[in-house]
Amino acid sequence: MNKPSAVRSVERPLTVEKAKVEERIDTSPKSVKLIFTFIACSAFWLVFGTLVGEYLGFKFVWPELDSISWLSFGRLRPVHTNVVFWGFLSQAMIALALYVVPRTSQRELFSYRLGWFSLGLMNLSIITGVIALMACINNGAQEYREFIWPIFALFAFGLILVAYNLYKTIADRNVKEIYISNWYILAACLWTIILVLIAYLPGYQQDGISQTVIQGYYMHQGVGQWFTPMVLGLTYYFLPKLLNRPIYSYSLGVLAFWTQMVFYTMIGSHHFVFSPIPWWIQTVAIVFSVGMIVPVTAGTGNFLLTMRGKWRSIARSYSLPFILAGVIFYAIVSYQGTLEAFRSLNKVWHFTNFTIAHSHMSMYGFISFLVWGGIYGLIPRMTGNEPPQFAVGAHFWLALIGVLVYSIPLMIGGTLQGLSWIAGESFMESVTLMTPYWVWRAVGGTMMFISHLVFAYNVWKMRPGNKNEVVESTNS
Amino acid sequence: MKLNFHKNHKLLFGVVFWGFVFLSLIIAVFPALWVQQENEPLPASEPMTELERKGMKVFINEGCAYCHTQQVRPIEMDKNWGRPSAPGDYARVNRPSVWRQTPAVLGSERTGPDLTNIGKRQPSAVWHYMHLYNPRAVVEESIMPSYPWLFEVKNDPGSDETVVSMPDDYGSDEGQIVATEEAKALIAYLQSLEQVAMNAPATSDSEEDTSEKISENQQKTIDGASIYANNCASCHQNNGQGVQGAFPSLVDDPVVIDEDPTDHIRAVLYGMQGVSIKGEAYNGIMQPFEQTLSDEEVAAVINHERTNWGNDAPTITAEDVAEVRNNDELNEITAEEE
Repeated sequence: MNKPSAVRSVERPLTVEKAKVEERIDTSPKSVKLIFTFIACSAFWLVFGTLVGEYLGFKFVWPELDSISWLSFGRLRPVHTNVVFWGFLSQAMIALALYVVPRTSQRELFSYRLGWFSLGLMNLSIITGVIALMACINNGAQEYREFIWPIFALFAFGLILVAYNLYKTIADRNVKEIYISNWYILAACLWTIILVLIAYLPGYQQDGISQTVIQGYYMHQGVGQWFTPMVLGLTYYFLPKLLNRPIYSYSLGVLAFWTQMVFYTMIGSHHFVFSPIPWWIQTVAIVFSVGMIVPVTAGTGNFLLTMRGKWRSIARSYSLPFILAGVIFYAIVSYQGTLEAFRSLNKVWHFTNFTIAHSHMSMYGFISFLVWGGIYGLIPRMTGNEPPQFAVGAHFWLALIGVLVYSIPLMIGGTLQGLSWIAGESFMESVTLMTPYWVWRAVGGTMMFISHLVFAYNVWKMRPGNKNEVVESTNS
Repeated sequence: MKLNFHKNHKLLFGVVFWGFVFLSLIIAVFPALWVQQENEPLPASEPMTELERKGMKVFINEGCAYCHTQQVRPIEMDKNWGRPSAPGDYARVNRPSVWRQTPAVLGSERTGPDLTNIGKRQPSAVWHYMHLYNPRAVVEESIMPSYPWLFEVKNDPGSDETVVSMPDDYGSDEGQIVATEEAKALIAYLQSLEQVAMNAPATSDSEEDTSEKISENQQKTIDGASIYANNCASCHQNNGQGVQGAFPSLVDDPVVIDEDPTDHIRAVLYGMQGVSIKGEAYNGIMQPFEQTLSDEEVAAVINHERTNWGNDAPTITAEDVAEVRNNDELNEITAEEE
């Protein structure tokens, strides 16, 4: 158990000691191997994808950084977004889901072979996709579906295998009830499969604005019907587990689930407010954006009420602070998203750097932090190897301060950009006024990138089959 | 028990799956089909040429759409980009091949200016080539990437090739800069971007808009410096010095400092092409501002040019501009010259 405080004062460590992992989960080596490989791939894509992002951030400050066609801004930007979406976050979430679904169904994963298959397909898709994008082959610059269909089909097929694997596991569960995490996780897989099919199939989406209608539907839900429900499902497992207390309200989770499905599906076109797509679609999107207050309040309220009075445990853990930060970011970005949809505020913020701040606060502050919380909560318990506590702390603080230094200046700068346009100043005014905010963005981005190197190191330290078996035996 | 979401996985995931399919049909697939049925190019628009279509591909392949919108919103702040965009404006944008989807030209961010009307705002190919080779040669503060890979450096280019003459600091020591086919296509596409007239204005909240417009127009004062920055500075530069060899300087320019403002007004109203100033020939095109600027605005921008950067010529009024605009004789002469 915990060491007496006397030890700490003698050693005078640099940081406050966090609680050690006390239990070792009993899972099959097959499962450990598959899940850890997913995490390792995901960590690789995180470092690669954010290295690209970091480089792009520098280009705003030094546009003449290079003049190599393959490294130009227009080609690398989709590399950054697609790699962090499909490489880093998707694979990390799937890794955690491959643990949570069997565990809450109280059985083994349906098929490890299928799991390895989907891992291979997804990574193949991302590698070829990155090369294609840098070679100027893209899917019409449609955001987040820049991979042309033969390449994205590999990813989609991998996703279908994941969904089938998880469905079979749930269908053959050894408990009566389907735990709420599994609702979210499998629903995210099913929704994303439909979404990708609709986004890529030809026929109804044809010229000009017809294509834009589908893009509004896709680009928003690529985020909100995949990452959001998936990561919420994982949090419904990890938060109660790590706190050792049941979720505050199961029913709130169910309410948030159904409202997420109905409301979120309708709001994609709020990315095209004031555009020439049919006005009624835009209005529907705005109305349901307000409706999103329901699932968001239910979800974050539920998590925060689960944490109430347990702040000491959170402070003593190295995984829970990530989850706390993620939940807070979830609330902030979601309410912010609702505000951005209103026509009056959309005028100021649309087309500006405010959007970039918003997307990083959601994909990073919200999704990535919850994923990291899950990884630090699970992997040491699976492998018996803990990462150095100082390194986890460094990861947490660099990432958290980094994303704030990144996004707050961009929010301020983006607002000033919008106001400059409204005031009718010359366009170049709105470019030059951004310079200091872009410098801050590069500073924040650098902190975030360093934290990812630390994370990759921590993943290496947590790898299975390392020493540290001793720790486990003394604890249990 | 049977109809229990918590215990019946077939029911739960069946509803999740088919419910989402149903919602997707309502909000995405059916509207897309319906919009496609109404897809009709504006009557005044012309089909893209093969070269322009090729240029659109270069535009999309290089990811230009990540920083440049082609979408004018029906709100006051977008007015200087053109009239509000209509669905018909995009009717000719279609799927280039079976491998790729209809390109997303509407864009989502304005790191650079909107390009809906770039063909009208900046008709000069000379400017576009220089800007593409190195944007900072013509727009000092630009953060746009350079695209040297769309050009070749040759020692003696053939007479049919497009040679781009860059100012000393930006050119190449190894030879002359020649535009590739891709660059030519891209520029042709950019020059083709120009809004055509609509039959009926299609603002959905036109009522709210007009009232807003009136109130904002009353507040807005006409400012020569900002008109200059928006319309003139990309060629003549903020300091009026122009770009050596490409765009004439306005400082001490004989027309600009002339006591008689007629030629100055005519240049702004009707544009010019292929002129020789102080012994140096300029090949670029200056576009006419007859349609886009009012008499008051023309007067303001001319006065800005006449009283800045060391220029000290008598200022003019809107009436002077109106006089030139309404003088058929002067207009005829211009027509002949062109």
